[in-house]
Amino acid sequence: MARAAIPGGLTWRPATVAATRAETATARTLVLDVDGWTGHLPGQHVDIRLTAPDGYTAERSYSISSAPGPGRLEVTVQTVIDGEVSPYLVDVAGPGDQLEIRGPLGGWFVRRPADPRPALLIGGGSGVAPLVSMVRAATAPTRLLYSTRSPSDALFRADLAAAEAADDARVAVTHVYTRVAPPGWPTPPRRLDADALARVAWPHDADVVAFVCGPTAFVETVADLLVDIGHNPANIRTERFGPSRG
Amino acid sequence: MAVITRGFGGRRRDDTDLPPGQYRTDDFPVLSAGPTPRIGLDKWELAVVTEIGERSTWSWTEFTALPADETTVDIHCVTHWSKFGTRWRGVSVDTLLADVETSAEYVVAHCYGGYTTNIPLEDLIDGQAWVAYEFDGEPLAPVHGGPARLLVPHLYFWKSAKWLRALELRLDDEPGFWETAGYHNYGDPWREQRYRAD
Amino acid sequence: MSTTNVGADDPSWVDGNALAGPLGELMGTDLTVAELTCANCRTTRPLAAMRVFDRAPGLVARCPGCEDVVMRLVRTTERALIDLRGSLVVSFPLPNA
Repeated sequence: MARAAIPGGLTWRPATVAATRAETATARTLVLDVDGWTGHLPGQHVDIRLTAPDGYTAERSYSISSAPGPGRLEVTVQTVIDGEVSPYLVDVAGPGDQLEIRGPLGGWFVRRPADPRPALLIGGGSGVAPLVSMVRAATAPTRLLYSTRSPSDALFRADLAAAEAADDARVAVTHVYTRVAPPGWPTPPRRLDADALARVAWPHDADVVAFVCGPTAFVETVADLLVDIGHNPANIRTERFGPSRG
Repeated sequence: MAVITRGFGGRRRDDTDLPPGQYRTDDFPVLSAGPTPRIGLDKWELAVVTEIGERSTWSWTEFTALPADETTVDIHCVTHWSKFGTRWRGVSVDTLLADVETSAEYVVAHCYGGYTTNIPLEDLIDGQAWVAYEFDGEPLAPVHGGPARLLVPHLYFWKSAKWLRALELRLDDEPGFWETAGYHNYGDPWREQRYRAD
Repeated sequence: MSTTNVGADDPSWVDGNALAGPLGELMGTDLTVAELTCANCRTTRPLAAMRVFDRAPGLVARCPGCEDVVMRLVRTTERALIDLRGSLVVSFPLPNA
């Protein structure tokens, strides 16, 4: 239902689907055009609201996966079986369709462009989305450790490969596969553990900021491992991410 | 002017026996203001406490030995879903109050996990409310309030407190968890008493 | 950034980050970077790091340490309520501090 905006408060504004891009069999990126959008900080999210012709509305939050920029943003949505919003966004929405967004939102799980510290980004599943925005906008050394069940579940494959191939070698990407590894992969599939983390992380005495995003159990495990290998808890920011309502 | 999203279906509201503003669901949505308490049946206890502090208590064995009713009712959640024909087994609140001397007019339901809700005593007696421990022929699942929950089907379902621990009989009314946070003190779905001012 | 949780048997919660939209709509500022001191266990955390139970008649933020309620947000037909009785102090970072 439409409701009046509170003066000074954030408001819902119309967004138009400009394009869609399949990421995997069950996830896709939506490119949204928003009049007056002035950009975001990597790590921020937007709330998306869908309104049915009978007035029924549903709202969900999605991380922004694009690099900051005016007028346009991208969200990447993993479909949730029996979900209400994600199946629409992944399977139905197409160019020209309209929805509403509120944002950009959240000032805590953000990578500020002026922060000169190296960033260690650790993502599980579709929790990589806000980290990919950080990768795209990286100006300081950035390492991404990305855990998925299998290669075919990995989002942003081409984008991450391109970021890693850039001349300045600012970005390094390491994949971890928990169920199925590609042929010839050096290690059998396994959960992300202290070894894998230690191989990617900077020495613990370096002034590094870490961002962890994924399902709850993944985030708790990784945050504990980071502390175990010597990271300062004050420099670890976490965001639980994951499909349960969809 | 709301933006209508093409192709987004929304809900259907075509049932005639729905209270105003409700839609029908065949699922049993799990709503919770906190983590699910896990109470071992050997530790579980239900209490009725009167306005002068007299306590009656039942262990799980004692409680489940009380005469129980089967009841099939419609339930209405304040978040707009209604579920028809839900089948419960539980002990009538009349049975729990049979030997209790009280001049209380109000009840606060206290729960494992800290939740509370307030209900006039007259809405819990005369066969209107139960302490339920089976749903659909099975032990009540923890996410739905097991081991035992209050069942007051003629009020919005937040009054049917999950993980019930005690019924406190009071002379005065004491608003509970949602009632102190903007929700209606009584909560009649047929009069759509969702919020304080409704 | 949506809902969380592992077991189907547990009620889902999200991070306090998820309150940025609902609170920002009311306050026009990002409250998720504010720090709240839990009235029960006296620990202090950013609102972003609290656990928010969002499948409920309102949004309920709980301290991840002791699970007590630190904030409740309810939207009624004509008002929005923020209940802070579970927090002793709410502190805000100042810009350029």
